[in-house]
Amino acid sequence: MRLAQAIPVVLGVVLVSFLLTRALPGDPAAYFAGDAATPESIAATRAKLGLDKSMPEQFLRYCGDLLRGDLGQSLSTGQPVLDELTRRLPASLELTLTALLISCGIAVPLGVLAATRPGSWVDHLCRVLVTAGVSLPTFFTGVVLIYVFYYLTGWAPSPLGRLDFIYIEPPTVTGFLLIDAALDGDGETWAAALRQLILPALTLALFTMAPIARMTRAAMLSALSSDFIRTARAAGLTSRKVLFAYAFRNALLPVVTTLGMVFSFTLGANVLVEKVFAWPGIGSFAVEALVASDYAAVQGFVLCMALLFVALNLVIDMAYSLIDPRIGFDSK
Amino acid sequence: MDITPSRRGFLKLGASGAVIAASQLPFLKYAQAAGEETVVVVMGQTINSLDLHRTGTNRPSYQVAVNCYDRLVSFGTKEMPDGSLSYDYSVIEPELAESWTVSDDGTVYTFKIKPEARFQDGSKVTAHDVKWSFDRAVSVGGFPTVQMKAGGLERPDQFAAVDDETFTVTLDEASKLALPDLAVPVPFILNSAVARANATEADPWAMEFVHKNTIGSGAFKVVRWDPGQQLVYERNDDWTGGPLPGAKRVVLREVPSQSTRRALIERGDVQLSYNIPNKDAAELDAMDDVAVYSTPIENAIYVVSLNYDFEPFQDPDVRKAVAYAIPYEQIFKTAAYGRGVPMWGGKGVDGPAWPQPSPYEYNLDKAKAHLEKSGFANGFEVPFSIDLSQADWMEPTALLIQENLAKLGITTQIDKIPGANWRTASLVEKRLPLALETFGGWLNYPCYYFFWAYLDGHLFNSSNYKNDEIEALVAKTLKMPVDNPEYAPAVQRMFEIAFEDLPRIPLWQPALNVASNGAEGYEYWFHRELDARKLTKA
Repeated sequence: MRLAQAIPVVLGVVLVSFLLTRALPGDPAAYFAGDAATPESIAATRAKLGLDKSMPEQFLRYCGDLLRGDLGQSLSTGQPVLDELTRRLPASLELTLTALLISCGIAVPLGVLAATRPGSWVDHLCRVLVTAGVSLPTFFTGVVLIYVFYYLTGWAPSPLGRLDFIYIEPPTVTGFLLIDAALDGDGETWAAALRQLILPALTLALFTMAPIARMTRAAMLSALSSDFIRTARAAGLTSRKVLFAYAFRNALLPVVTTLGMVFSFTLGANVLVEKVFAWPGIGSFAVEALVASDYAAVQGFVLCMALLFVALNLVIDMAYSLIDPRIGFDSK
Repeated sequence: MDITPSRRGFLKLGASGAVIAASQLPFLKYAQAAGEETVVVVMGQTINSLDLHRTGTNRPSYQVAVNCYDRLVSFGTKEMPDGSLSYDYSVIEPELAESWTVSDDGTVYTFKIKPEARFQDGSKVTAHDVKWSFDRAVSVGGFPTVQMKAGGLERPDQFAAVDDETFTVTLDEASKLALPDLAVPVPFILNSAVARANATEADPWAMEFVHKNTIGSGAFKVVRWDPGQQLVYERNDDWTGGPLPGAKRVVLREVPSQSTRRALIERGDVQLSYNIPNKDAAELDAMDDVAVYSTPIENAIYVVSLNYDFEPFQDPDVRKAVAYAIPYEQIFKTAAYGRGVPMWGGKGVDGPAWPQPSPYEYNLDKAKAHLEKSGFANGFEVPFSIDLSQADWMEPTALLIQENLAKLGITTQIDKIPGANWRTASLVEKRLPLALETFGGWLNYPCYYFFWAYLDGHLFNSSNYKNDEIEALVAKTLKMPVDNPEYAPAVQRMFEIAFEDLPRIPLWQPALNVASNGAEGYEYWFHRELDARKLTKA
């Protein structure tokens, strides 16, 4: 039922992404006809790209291709869009998920501590960290981290993407290098992939910590001041039980919602981190495609993100039902 | 599936979701050894095809045609005054051809193919392969076809394989551009047997296959290509086109961020950083470990383009006023960091060499005098357009010009146009009244430059300029040999008209900057892409 609700959303996205890409400024035929193009060669390129057809005809062709699972060919990278997405999405997901893990690992405990001791040094630390994290742009933190940990100290490996060129990429199963290397039983490659991952993940984590920590703190504060906590305390439950079983579980709801939002914007917005660390992710692919008015690639990206968000919302809805006993799909 | 939520059920669902999402791409796996013979190169752009002939192939990808394929002929190598290497336009050398002859009327070129030349799959390179490859270049359309046409190579019936080792090209009329045009990256020779085996009815030129595979006889083969990440060249030990490359393997990594590339080259983890900005070139040059090669790009000039469709610019005094109001020296220092060759302050046309300095210099008094003589003494307003993707030099240049034009009463607003839109606006529609522009001709002749940049309707004539005398002079000189006594006076006359009419105000001749830390044998080429064939690790 929830899945069926997603169908009109996806259909809408297909139509809107098609129209929006057509509204992009610039002429892909002129762009791709090359350096020494003549009007005839531009016209020939246009015909080859199928852009001389009418809009409805282009749209019908696009829908037909989509039904066959063909997202078209990206002109700027020269690869089928589907291949690009399946190669780049895991790279972005691996980076984003690792960053969120680090970020949650620090921000949630920090938020909880700050809420239980408002005004204390932990609270101030939380505020400073959060303000710093959100106010420093990611490309700046990325460059600073490279400067300190690679250029000055040499602790980090060369920021050359997901794996240094001396390592062999593990056979692709999930596209996540850490998982694939582990499945392959290749400890050395696993460690190498992890080393490449640490700096960019840290850069993103610093940026994403702010909303999570702030939300955890606020949600904990409101939970801790609510009636049921007072009742629990009055009933003589241990402070640990009160804090984690009642307050934290209730506070988790807004935190999970925030997490979902943070995840979605990070996935799209980590372009700058990808650029700085030469990370072959989906964000830089989309930006390059936009600059070149690469229709198929932009449409593929938007569609892929839309499907991802639909899936993400589904997961978050289900997570709610786990956390909050009041919500359940079967009780509707 | 039971969707009653429970923690266990949720975990199961998550796990199965991950497996479905997993991609099952086949992967090329091979042992990469980072030994002494591997040179690592970084660049900011991306390789998007292994086939130059394909529609949409970008400039950096042209290097695959250079490194993995041979042409019939190539250019020689010369040493520059600073000790670096450059290709030599004046010397044409054999590559796949062993020798060639030209008929007396200059229209029939007969090439003898090297009998020992082999493709990388071991089969012999024959004249039939050359014929097929040339047919492909003139038939696929787009850039390759346009470039072939520049040398007078337009139709398959001009090419003939007489026997396995003899190939002829027949021109409609003799042209000095024909032979050099065979040495540019475009007419590369493919293994036609392999290509035909992978061609289909809808794809007779095997575009899909050649896009992802190199099937040449060149110095390297691509053993691995991860689009958006890296390209790995491996030496072809049986190469017959020239001296065997020093590097066994060349790894080309794509690193979009300039600051990251700079950190890598400074640390020496990569040996070559290709096409670095002028600012970094100036700073890296001061360091001991890093060598910087700055080669002025032949036949290329950065210019201010004044559009003749814009009314004030139809007035010759307005154009001269603008030319005198440009602070050339300051721009050259700020935007080019002194890398390149100044193109101002000349003493009139001096010989047939191109590019050469214009007679203009920064002189606000002269600028004001010219503007007062014109019909626009009180100034006017005009948008000043720049290309966002070339902002590194265009933005500082535009700001300095803007500041000085304001002193004349010419008000400008700087309009930054994004990459895809730029080409359309400036070159195709030619609708920008005032813009910065650049053009560099592959074939190093002034007449070739004028052909593209000063003829009415031609692509790089972004000023909508039209002058009947220039039209006639270009038509006369384009195919004429340079040693013809009429050639030099004719091109000098073109320069005079161009400096008088000023559709394009020259600023400076740009330089291609490459930084090296531990690699030797870098050679500059007119195509401005990496030629890995002479690279070695120091």
